[in-house]
Amino acid sequence: MALLKINDIHLSFGGVKAINGVSTEVTKGKIHAIIGPNGAGKTSIFNCISCVYRPQQGAIFFEDRKITGMKPDAIAHLGIARTFQNIALFHHMTVLDNLMLGRHLFLKRGFFAGGIYLGPARNEEIENRKVVEDIIDFLEIENIRKKPVGTLAYGLRKRVELARALSLKPKLLLLDEPMAGMNLEEKEDMARFILDINEEWGVTILLIEHDLGVVMDISHRVSVLDFGVKISEGEPAEVAKDPHVIRAYIGEEDDLIRNLEAR
Amino acid sequence: MQYCGDFRTSYEKDAVVFQTPFIKVCMALFLAGLLALPYLLKGEFMWVALQIVIASIGAVGLNILTGFTGQISLGQGAFFGVGAYTSAYITAKMGLSFWLGIPAAGLMTAMAGMVFGIPSLRLKGLYLAIATLASQFILEWIFIRWEPVTGGSYGINVPRPSIGGYVFDSDSSFYYIVLAIAVAMILFATNLVRTKTGRAFMAVRDHYISAEIMGISLYKYRLLSFGISSFYAGVAGALYGHSLKFVSSEQFGIGVSIVYLAMIIIGGLGSIVGSIFGAVFMILLPKILSLATEMVAADFPSIARLAISFEQGVFGLIIVLFLIFEPDGLAHRWKLIKAYWKLYPFSY
Ligand SMILES: Nc1ncnc2c1ncn2[C@@H]1O[C@H](COP(=O)(O)OP(=O)(O)OP(=O)(O)O)[C@@H](O)[C@H]1O
Ligand SMILES: [Mg+2]
Repeated sequence: MALLKINDIHLSFGGVKAINGVSTEVTKGKIHAIIGPNGAGKTSIFNCISCVYRPQQGAIFFEDRKITGMKPDAIAHLGIARTFQNIALFHHMTVLDNLMLGRHLFLKRGFFAGGIYLGPARNEEIENRKVVEDIIDFLEIENIRKKPVGTLAYGLRKRVELARALSLKPKLLLLDEPMAGMNLEEKEDMARFILDINEEWGVTILLIEHDLGVVMDISHRVSVLDFGVKISEGEPAEVAKDPHVIRAYIGEEDDLIRNLEAR
Repeated sequence: MQYCGDFRTSYEKDAVVFQTPFIKVCMALFLAGLLALPYLLKGEFMWVALQIVIASIGAVGLNILTGFTGQISLGQGAFFGVGAYTSAYITAKMGLSFWLGIPAAGLMTAMAGMVFGIPSLRLKGLYLAIATLASQFILEWIFIRWEPVTGGSYGINVPRPSIGGYVFDSDSSFYYIVLAIAVAMILFATNLVRTKTGRAFMAVRDHYISAEIMGISLYKYRLLSFGISSFYAGVAGALYGHSLKFVSSEQFGIGVSIVYLAMIIIGGLGSIVGSIFGAVFMILLPKILSLATEMVAADFPSIARLAISFEQGVFGLIIVLFLIFEPDGLAHRWKLIKAYWKLYPFSY
């Protein structure tokens, strides 16, 4: 079943056509990767899905409901969470507060109950704190929970951002280059987390990643983008053999071939 | 911050405001000190204490808007006015109770704040500051022109509150009412900023796109912040009017807005306790300086005029030095001092 349907979307900034008629479907329960050279329009697709940008043409459907034109905060309510390419955490706040913000949707008490604090608001805080603590345990960030995010190393921030997205308990998780700038060990950890989130928690994942080795390893389906156009789609092995893809990746070709040989 | 030996065994315990018995004792002593103040201070000094407590409410309110939500307001002075006039009208002109006047002042100002906060849906940072400046001027104009309600340039005489037959006419008796309201409102703010709403405010401040992705409606929280902050301003303004027993438009000029911004910057943006420090600083310091000048003038009449003209300059200089050497505000220094004494005499 298609959880997310992208139907011929077009997005341009002035003269730059960032997305030029892309359609695809993300199947429920799968890890779906989007790859492509720099500036191909990958992040722009994420921004259209989370309604930060509105495509000039075409529509996006989530669980058969049209979401283009909605507000970004309404998207969160539908069960879509994301991370950003250039980490977008709340830097002055602690890890815990960042994750509690991920629970914002689930906290029902208004400002008045919050200010009084006794009773309902307090219980609600504590219940949600438990949810957050489970995520903290899962992502192995117990020791930094009270640290302000601004003081953390890059790799850890990426992990905290994933944790924050998970706190929303999303049906669909959008990950924009979750492994960029990480060393091999951190990448392995991240790949393991992504697989666990998908397999154990049943979260559908749409993933942008430049490290083709990881993409080929963990994803069920891959879409390839170049200059705002989808040039190929299929299972990782099929895509890797597609001549269009190899042409788009001239220069990175060696990488692809090495990855395929490695299997 | 947490130290060795301070283990928390449940999330409930981790969520308590005053964590250690030491802090609890300190808070109790502090509160006892506040209650004893009218027995220790006389005349002018009681008046200063009263004004500090009133200003703390206003500063906490402004800090919710500016420090926590990141929206600069230059209209705090006028919002004080809305509260002061509302309560004045209700008590002096309609002859109703002070106990109705104060909440009405808060609510009326909250509404005014939300209306004048509408530009925040579109504007940020300095542009928003200028938009709030416009609200300051518009409101001041209304204060002067809407004579049937505001008394125009004559102002309104307002009564002090009473319970049963007892009138809280002296500053020291009125102080207790103000203190009770301030403590309740400051505790409310402390809880507010550590729960859902406060976190959402900070999220809007730190990264508004990210905040939206978390499901936070920017419209709602930007306006709510104006509303809550103005409620505080309204109550503070109303109490100020009742403390002076007189309300007129000159009391709510742009100067007041600037002084309140100074309070929260000096005290610490995004800190409730900092707002209180800021209020103490900005009200006590000029008082101390003017006392010092008076003393100098009395001892050396020849330089009296010079000393008086220096007073303002010294005040400005202290503020500048303060911002240079304590850029994170008094709240930050307070944290360091607390940390030091928690560990004393072992510094690990
Ligand atoms: N806000 C914007 N304003 C103007 N142009 C933009 C904007 N966002 C993206 N673009 C342009 O749209 C094109 C696609 O950008 P996008 O960020 O989607 O690429 P990407 O595939 O994510 O690339 P990368 O791998 O470098 O992250 C680029 O040419 C980019 O310059
Ligand atoms: Mg990108």
